Parts: sequence; C-alpha cells; structure tokens
Amino acid sequence: MRQAASDIRAKPSGKIARGKIHLHERWSRWVFPAPAVIVLLALMAFPVGYTLYLSFTKWSPTAVGLPEFIWFENYIKLITDDERFINAVGRTILFTIVGVSIQCVLGVSLALIFNREFKGRGFFRTIFLMSMVATPVAIALVWMMILDINTGILNYILHSLAGVRVAWLSDRSVVLWSLILVDTWQWTPFIMLIALAGLSALPTEPYESAVIDGANSAQLLWHLTLPMLRPTIMVALMFRSIDALKTFDIIYVITRGGPAFASETLNLYAFSQGLFYFNMGYASAILMLFFLLVMGTSLLFIRLRRAASEAM
Amino acid sequence: MRATALTPRHHHSWRNRPLLKTIRTIAFYALLLLLFFPFFFVFAWMIMGAFKTQLQNTAIPPLFLFEPTLENFDTVFRRNPMIQFLLNSIIVGTGATLLALIFGLPAAYSIARFKQQRLATAILIARIMPGISYLVPWFILFSNLKMIGSYAALILAHLLVTLPMTIWLMIGFFEDTPQELHDAALIDGCNEWGVFEKIALPLTKPGIAASAILSFVFSWNNFLFSLILASQATRPLPVAVFSFISYTQIDWGGLNAAATIVTLPVLVMILFVQKQMVRGLTLGAVKG
Repeated sequence: MRQAASDIRAKPSGKIARGKIHLHERWSRWVFPAPAVIVLLALMAFPVGYTLYLSFTKWSPTAVGLPEFIWFENYIKLITDDERFINAVGRTILFTIVGVSIQCVLGVSLALIFNREFKGRGFFRTIFLMSMVATPVAIALVWMMILDINTGILNYILHSLAGVRVAWLSDRSVVLWSLILVDTWQWTPFIMLIALAGLSALPTEPYESAVIDGANSAQLLWHLTLPMLRPTIMVALMFRSIDALKTFDIIYVITRGGPAFASETLNLYAFSQGLFYFNMGYASAILMLFFLLVMGTSLLFIRLRRAASEAM
Repeated sequence: MRATALTPRHHHSWRNRPLLKTIRTIAFYALLLLLFFPFFFVFAWMIMGAFKTQLQNTAIPPLFLFEPTLENFDTVFRRNPMIQFLLNSIIVGTGATLLALIFGLPAAYSIARFKQQRLATAILIARIMPGISYLVPWFILFSNLKMIGSYAALILAHLLVTLPMTIWLMIGFFEDTPQELHDAALIDGCNEWGVFEKIALPLTKPGIAASAILSFVFSWNNFLFSLILASQATRPLPVAVFSFISYTQIDWGGLNAAATIVTLPVLVMILFVQKQMVRGLTLGAVKG
C-alpha cells in the first residue's frame, strides 16, 4: 500500500494531487473541529465567564434588580470570615488526599496481583470494572443501607465480632471516613486498570539483567517495577484527584453534607449557597476558588509526572 | 514478551514442587477472592435487597436465604411513572450521544490527522471545571429562555460530558487507521470530507460503537445536571431514584429495586466496551 501511494506520488500528476492535499488540509483543519469547538465554547466559556463576573457581585435571582458589583467582597468574606468555607476546603482536601492515597495503594497492589495469567482473570476484571461505572446514585443508596446504624450489615458484622456499633453516617467525626470508604469502593478499580495498562507496557530488558545480577522479587518490585510505573501512576492520581475533589453524587445522596456540615465539601457548599440559598454571587466566588484548587492540583500532577518520566 | 513472563517466582528452586505449587495457587485465589469480595458484595446485596420485604431487609442477623418477592418492583412501578423516567433517561442519553458523535467525530478526526495536540489538551479543561460552575449560569440562562425542565436543556448539559469523552476516545481510533489508505484516497480525487466519510468512518466503526455506549452510560449516570435542570416530567432515572429517599421511612426494598433498575442496564452495556473504558475515563491520557 505504502509502495503504491509513493509510486503515484512520483508521477507528475501526483505533484498536482499533493498540492491539492495541502489546500484541503488548510481548510479542513479548521472546518472539521469547528462545530465541536463552538459547542464546547458556548457550553463552557459563557458559564465560566459569567461565573467569574457573578463572583464580584451580590445577587440573588429571587430578588428584584441586577447584580450589584461589589468587587472582592465575596472573596474577602470567604477567606477571612467564613468558617464553613474554610472547613469545607479542609474537608475536601482531606477527603481527596486520604481517599486517593488508599485507592492508590490498593489499586496498584491489585494491579500487581492481576498482572499475570490465571483462570477467571476476565471475570474478576469485569466485576472490578462494574463498581466504577455503576450509577453513583444507586451505589450511594445501597451503601446507605449497608452503613445503617441499626440494620446495616456492616454494623452487624462489627457488633458480632467486636461488640461495637459505629454511627457511620450520624457521627460527625466518622461520616467523612464513611464517605471515603464508599469512594474507595467505587474508584480503586480505576487506579488498578490504569496501573495494569502501565504494567503491561513495561519493557522486559531491565528485568532480565536484574535477574542475572541476582535481584530478588522484592528488589525487582521496589527498584524496577514501581519506579518505571511511576509516570503511569501519576496520571491515574491526577485524574482520580480531580474527580475526588469534585465528588458530588455520593456525598449529596448519602449525607447532603451533614450531619451539621460534617461532610460538607466545597462542591456541596457551593451547591447549597448557589442553588439552595440562591446567593449566586457568593456561590460563584466559592466556585472560582474551587476551580483554582482543582486546576492547581492538575498542574501539580502534570509536573510530578514529568519529573517521574525524567527520573527514569 | 510481557514483563509478567518474568515474575521472580520462576527463579525459586521450590517452584516445581507440586504440593507447594498447589498451596501457592490456593493462596493466590484466596487473596484474590478476599479483595474481590467487597466489590461483588455490594451488587449482590443490592439485588438481594430488591427481592426482600421490608421486614427481611431490616432483619438482624441479615438474611441471605429468603423467599424472593416481586412486590418491590410492583410497588416501584405502580407508585411512580418509572416507564416515563426510563424514557427520559433514554431520550436524554440518546440525544447527548448522537450530538456528541455528530460534533465529536469530525473534531477527533481532525485532531488525529493534523496532530492538533493543543486542541486535544484544551478539551481537557471541560473535565477540570467543577460541574456546578456551569450550573448556576445555565440555570439562569435556561430560565430566561424558558427551557428549564426541557429535554433540550438536559441534552445540551449532558453534551458537556459526552462530547469531550467522544472526542478523546475517537482520537485514538482515528490515529490507528493507516495513513496510506488516506493518502491514496486523496490522490484518487477524494476531498478530506470524502476520506473522512468513506474511509475513516467505516474503519473506526468499533470505536464509534464503543464511544456511543460509553457516552450513553455517562449521560445515564449523570445526576448533578439533571437534578437542577430537569422537571417532574423530564426527570431521568437517577434523580427519580434519589427522590425516593425523601420518604419519611425508607422503603429499603423499593430503594434496592429502583437502584437495580438504574444500574443493571449500565452493567450490561459496559460488558461490550470493557477495553475502551479506561480510555474514556482518563480522556485518553493513558492508552488503556
């Protein structure tokens, strides 16, 4: 095929065709993506720009009148005089760091276990996959039942084994950990799958020479596999962190941020300010700061990934 | 050869002793089952709960053997317009998927063909923005246009989930089509659109199918956008199911039945697109 194409190109008529290709390229590269770009811009740029504008105003759509421009007042209030906001930031970061760390350790371990041929591999893989595509609302409801203080199966097991019951969803100091548990259940397979893809792409030569040098399995894992896998893990962590910071469905369904705001993350706080109290300006300011947090996290991981790739 | 072939256990002298080998195999599967159990259990518990009465669902100790009842499904369907909710989910999911293909396929083709890496990266921003930052302006805009609660508003909102994903998935598939076919067709007098339509699209049919299924699933699962933008009449399943828990006493059987109705179609659909899933979830950052 390659031969045939270059044959044609060598002929004089081919030259003309080649020129035509360039002409086509010139407009195609703009025309083809244009509809998608326009749609995405309309759906994104307008809302983002509008949110930025609103964040400098005081406005409630239920009130009469236009947004009142108040410069940085919302931001100043958030940072200096809103405990609920500061707590939400801390909680969001805690939820993300703890959850994603656990998921990373578990997910990479699972990937190492899975990275061999064994009977039933496909079946197990499928079940693991299912947790992360299952409708979050449905999953949240099932977990509500499992975590129920009186009739939940988790407390039944704990009570039989250790004689204690935990108020998974009503104890202010426990509730965030319960949500981390649900998040971990749903998303550990994600890290596993990416790590698995990374493992299967690792080169074999380093292993061959290390084995000749007499390295044992722990050394191979620690000094070869994990360092080589690090760029892949960074990508997995980046996507997982972005999503963990933005977690909404399971928290909203299971606790609605309660009890007494004990599980209120930034996303939920912005939601209740904007779409419950209708403080649109204030909610927009929260969202802008929230966006900076997610953006910063993404950039951090992009850097970490680059560093991990260069270290190899 | 894959790295797996060189796992270190091959170098231990006791590797070939049959008894130890059997023990190792058993230990491996035991560990696997232990790790696997929680993932499996939640689904099993949901489905079992859907076939239990309220008394059985709150029984202590929990019941694993019971006489299944269809009562919950009967109640859920009788008390709620479930068929309407199902239809809403299907209408919104299909609309958002079709539009994502119409807009996304040419864009992905162009990104793959002309190596428009920056454009591909820019689309990632759709994923970084918190969903709620779209909601406030959309809510205001759609209110003013009297579109709140319309299918159109829901489909447009869901498009923000399905379009970037379709583009990212399809870039990979278009990159995998042979460049030679492409050049030959151009030389034969096809224009770029002709190549796209007559060569690239037929060659990437499996990819298009996978993208369509994944788009549909993600639209189906979406809760946040639908929660704000849907009306009673256009409410998709997840929002409908969520509203069940506002009852004073939670009807666990009904809840599980509803949860099963929402999740089961997704689990079945995903069986067909397992390989493309990671790619869809990472928006193509890893070749999965």
